Amino acid sequence: MNFKHKFVFLFPGLFVLIGILIFPIIFTIRLSLSGWNSYTPEMNFIGITNYIRLFTDDPRFWESFFRLSFLSVTTVILQYVIGFALAMMVWREIKFKRFFRVIFLVPMMTTPVIMTVIWRTFFHESLGPVNDLLGGLGVKPILWLSDPVIAKFTVIIVEVWQWTPFMFLLLLAGLLSLPKEPFLAAAIDGASPFRKFVYVTFPLMAPISIGAIIIRLIEASKIMDTVFVLTSGGPGTATETSSFYIYIKGLREFQMGYAATLSFTYLVIMIISLTIIAKVLTKLMIKE
Amino acid sequence: MSKLYTFLKYFFITFWTVFVVAPFLWAVSTSFKDFQSVNSKVTYIPWLDFEPTLEGWRVLIKSPAKGGVDIVEPYFNSIFVTCTASLISIVLGTLAAYALSRFTFKAGFVRNNDITFFFISQRIMPPIVLSIPFFIFLSTIGLLDSLLGLVVVYIVLLMPIAVWIMVDFFNRVPKELDETALIDGCNPYQAFYKVVLPNSIPGLIVAGMFCIIFGWIDFFFAFILTFTEVQLLPVKVVALNSSITPWWSLSASALVSVAPLIIVAFIVERYLSKGNLSGALK
Repeated sequence: MNFKHKFVFLFPGLFVLIGILIFPIIFTIRLSLSGWNSYTPEMNFIGITNYIRLFTDDPRFWESFFRLSFLSVTTVILQYVIGFALAMMVWREIKFKRFFRVIFLVPMMTTPVIMTVIWRTFFHESLGPVNDLLGGLGVKPILWLSDPVIAKFTVIIVEVWQWTPFMFLLLLAGLLSLPKEPFLAAAIDGASPFRKFVYVTFPLMAPISIGAIIIRLIEASKIMDTVFVLTSGGPGTATETSSFYIYIKGLREFQMGYAATLSFTYLVIMIISLTIIAKVLTKLMIKE
Repeated sequence: MSKLYTFLKYFFITFWTVFVVAPFLWAVSTSFKDFQSVNSKVTYIPWLDFEPTLEGWRVLIKSPAKGGVDIVEPYFNSIFVTCTASLISIVLGTLAAYALSRFTFKAGFVRNNDITFFFISQRIMPPIVLSIPFFIFLSTIGLLDSLLGLVVVYIVLLMPIAVWIMVDFFNRVPKELDETALIDGCNPYQAFYKVVLPNSIPGLIVAGMFCIIFGWIDFFFAFILTFTEVQLLPVKVVALNSSITPWWSLSASALVSVAPLIIVAFIVERYLSKGNLSGALK
């Protein structure tokens, strides 16, 4: 009796998801073993040639992967610190609390690509307001988008603007659901705000923090829209992330087979590294 | 010490508020400019720095034949795809989440948590990995460049979110609720429909909002899987960017596209203040 109903609830969702996903995944694996490109657009079988090429002869992919790791870890750390700070500030009563909460939430509701288009005009090196205002202060024009190092930071600024609200939302929702008793106890002991944060708030928030960081890392690892519009991976390959590199190989150069190899490898690396990060974070933060 | 802290706090809050608002102000200002006021030097305040014009806004409703941008159709396409995919995801996701929260599943080494993880882990999948096979898959079944094809793809993006939020939410709804309903003679479906669902409205709203946000803001799939027949809003706006870049119509269309979801920020804030969200989002 019980046995039958539970499947009626679970299966529609499960099978729709599997049904939609099963083909792409099997197809990617099969495609990765083929030499499908614009000259021979067919599903031939060339064994693991593509994988050998990836692991021995493609530094550009690994560079893009390390760039991605750098970008996503940096942005997530910044988002976490700023998001936590903002959440702490509007957690308790302050003036215009609700106004600030709304303002802090707004960026995550906006479409990243569309806002990036605006950011691109914002950081425009001769016609944008940032260099103009800095110029008013006597600063030389900064090459926001055409200097290989600064372009990375421009991407980080835009990503932090876009997604800190998400962190803020999760952390504020967490703060608001904390029990009151530990704070009362700390107040009775006369703990300073700093000690209260280190010994009460932070440990209580650890599980929520881990969840939020992991969710953001997953989303940040897919960073693509921003790069696509802001810099198109450039200058050179300075802001090229793995996704963008796969996009170039697959849908611009039509090396479908090789792109599938990259995709599959990338997916496996992502799953493994995110699992490890989740485990390590849990250990580090729960201990404290 | 505490004075310094208060000062720093307000300084930081002000700084961040300015940072958040700045691109919007810039976009609003730019949307009223013309060629001259964009390209000669950087201008900020209408009337003072430049003569505002409505040209940027006017082209939005003109037909492409008359040199307009016509974002009306992409707008409705975006609304249709987002809402349809969200609705399907919420219905299927809620049912699955209820099953995962209330019943025990066992198949080999697979337990409830593993199934939940399977659902949620779909978010790990980078869009690029799916886009190539989806491209070929959809062209095989003839759904490339169609709204239906996009809905199918968006379900994969959105259902994990619905399951993630609803499993957590149902875990917090007391089991006694459905047990009482079952004892009162409801069958499991009635118990779910008549008792559990009405008590899950806050969770459903949060899940709905998240689905709508993540559906509305997607660019990549819409970019890869549609060309001319169907265009979604983000693709349309970005396409403007790649041409000769008329910043005024670009800004105007950007503002129009991000406007509807900003209302969601107000709804989320209301839920936060009432304490309803904390339960649904932990």
